[in-house]
Amino acid sequence: MEPFENVKSIVTPLDKVNVDTDQIIPKQFLKLVQKSGFGKFLFFNWRYDENENMKSDFILNDPKYDGSKILVTGDNFGCGSSREHAVWALDDYGFSVIISSSFADIFFSNCFKNGILPISLESKIIEKLLQETNAIEVDLENQIIKTSSEDISFEINSHKKKILLEGLDDIAQTFQYKDKISEFEEKSTVPSVL
Amino acid sequence: MGKTLFEKIWESHIVVEKQNEPDLIYIDRHLVHEVTSPQAFDGLRMNNRKVRRPDLTIATMDHNVPTSDRSLPILDQTSAVQIKTLENNCKDFGIKLFDINSPNQGIVHVIGPQLGITLPGSTIVCGDSHTSTHGAFGALALGIGTSEVEHVLASQTLWLEKPKTFEVRVEGKRKNPHAVTAKDIILSIIKNIGTAGGTGTVIEYRGEGISDLSMDQRMTICNMSIEGGARAGLVAPDQKTFDYLRGREYTPKNYESLVDSWKDTLKTDSDATFDKQFILDINDIAPQVSWGTNPGMTCDVDEPIPSPDKFSNGDANQKKGAEKALEYMALESGTMIEDIKIDRVFIGSCTNARLEDLIEASKIIQGQKVASGVNAMVVPGSQMVKKQAEEMGLDKIFIDANFEWREAGCSMCLGMNPDILSPGERCASTSNRNFEGRQGNGGRTHLVSPVMAAAAAISGHFVDVRKLDLN
Repeated sequence: MEPFENVKSIVTPLDKVNVDTDQIIPKQFLKLVQKSGFGKFLFFNWRYDENENMKSDFILNDPKYDGSKILVTGDNFGCGSSREHAVWALDDYGFSVIISSSFADIFFSNCFKNGILPISLESKIIEKLLQETNAIEVDLENQIIKTSSEDISFEINSHKKKILLEGLDDIAQTFQYKDKISEFEEKSTVPSVL
Repeated sequence: MGKTLFEKIWESHIVVEKQNEPDLIYIDRHLVHEVTSPQAFDGLRMNNRKVRRPDLTIATMDHNVPTSDRSLPILDQTSAVQIKTLENNCKDFGIKLFDINSPNQGIVHVIGPQLGITLPGSTIVCGDSHTSTHGAFGALALGIGTSEVEHVLASQTLWLEKPKTFEVRVEGKRKNPHAVTAKDIILSIIKNIGTAGGTGTVIEYRGEGISDLSMDQRMTICNMSIEGGARAGLVAPDQKTFDYLRGREYTPKNYESLVDSWKDTLKTDSDATFDKQFILDINDIAPQVSWGTNPGMTCDVDEPIPSPDKFSNGDANQKKGAEKALEYMALESGTMIEDIKIDRVFIGSCTNARLEDLIEASKIIQGQKVASGVNAMVVPGSQMVKKQAEEMGLDKIFIDANFEWREAGCSMCLGMNPDILSPGERCASTSNRNFEGRQGNGGRTHLVSPVMAAAAAISGHFVDVRKLDLN
């Protein structure tokens, strides 16, 4: 995983609550066996009509937001299915920061495995950010979002911050504890399946 | 101070504990399916890693599989590739696979308990959010993403932040347990706590209303914990749990001594406290029907659809969500649920496709016919459920009533296989999610219990099953 770098970009305001992972990446695209190339299917049913023509009223189809790296959205983003394809699609499309008032647990965890920073902020700040038309800067090291008018600080678990900033490979980290895992297995009482 | 059941399971699985960081938790059972695993196996290959404990890992294909004649080739080439990929991965990494022709094939959350792979007090993960189903046996069962699937394959562990505890206490007795089911209890809970009400928590379902339930019914409850936003849901094991798992194909040989140890330990201490609590009284609850596009948008069968104002309780965002939902569902507030006509009926999914679900639904339709213009199907949760149902003659009851009787799989719960709604079609579904397009682009899903779905199939619209003679 690449280390997370500060992001400066305009925000894409997706003013909806309870956006589920079925909307982020519909099921017909879960059949692929690789991790790449999901960006073109992001929010597919909201972006395209039944003839696969772009729907002009959906925010991602507004050229104003081309190249935006920051998605701002409402409560409980990423609820529903555990599909990591949702994060792969957001990442491949170009988003590296998602700002919301709250996230569903599995989606939140999946973000960190893919170098995406999910930031939780109070609803009233989200409402302001949904209106922001100038570029904003997200500084993970200092935990600050700089807008044209103010600096907004955000919380992040120090362990998760380190993972993003260093782009750590989770499994390699865990392998440092192989002895501990073996020790646990020796005293484990749960029998194997087979 | 006492500990909750969840805390006991958690603490007994800590491999590495660090201050202010996640714990490294040991995983006893890893269930794998075709959709969320290919990229994880690729990751292992790229890094030259192997599966640490193939003996704690099992796989099956469920999401993609056609539910029509299994002797025919799979026409959807991308599905066929994904299924073949799982076969190859299991072969390469030495994992036990219940393949499409196995008598043990089925939805991963249905086969785990049926085979005795799910065990009380264990930690279970699967790359699927409905893994919470296994919590019905007093296991800590978590849905995970593909990166975590890879992590578990490689290390048999996961770094996890300890969730908070949430007591959902279900009190009272249902007046008509054939009409008001486990599905209605869990939909009532979600309606009350909201779809994010359980975020960051593990729910323990407790109380008379839970201990009264059979294992099949407890699985329905735990299955939808994720629809209330919870990380997992569980029920303390009791005699019903221990009896259910006895003598199954993969039940451990030393089962009775395990049961003895579980009896003493796997319960919440009387002086333990929870971070959060919700109490539901089920004495008077009604069958539930969802009207919107998330499982919290649900009301009683004898109620009108609420107005967005009433539903949102003053929250502007929720109100907007309810307005969008009604528009998508082509419904108006004030319409009585029983006046809603349906086009399709789906009895299936990891929520409601176990034997008891099919028995209860068959009682409703026996000797009757599906309403004209309605297409109804039953997709048993596993090949074993299908076989047991056929031995009881349930297949004939469904087929005589003009239901389609299918092979096992996830099917129209998420429509990754050919079983999907057409745009605009309205479905009474026993599944777990009524999200936009979930069962097919433009399709409209109403979540209900198996008996409510069966009654709707016969009448062509929703019916309050309490009015039927079900005893």
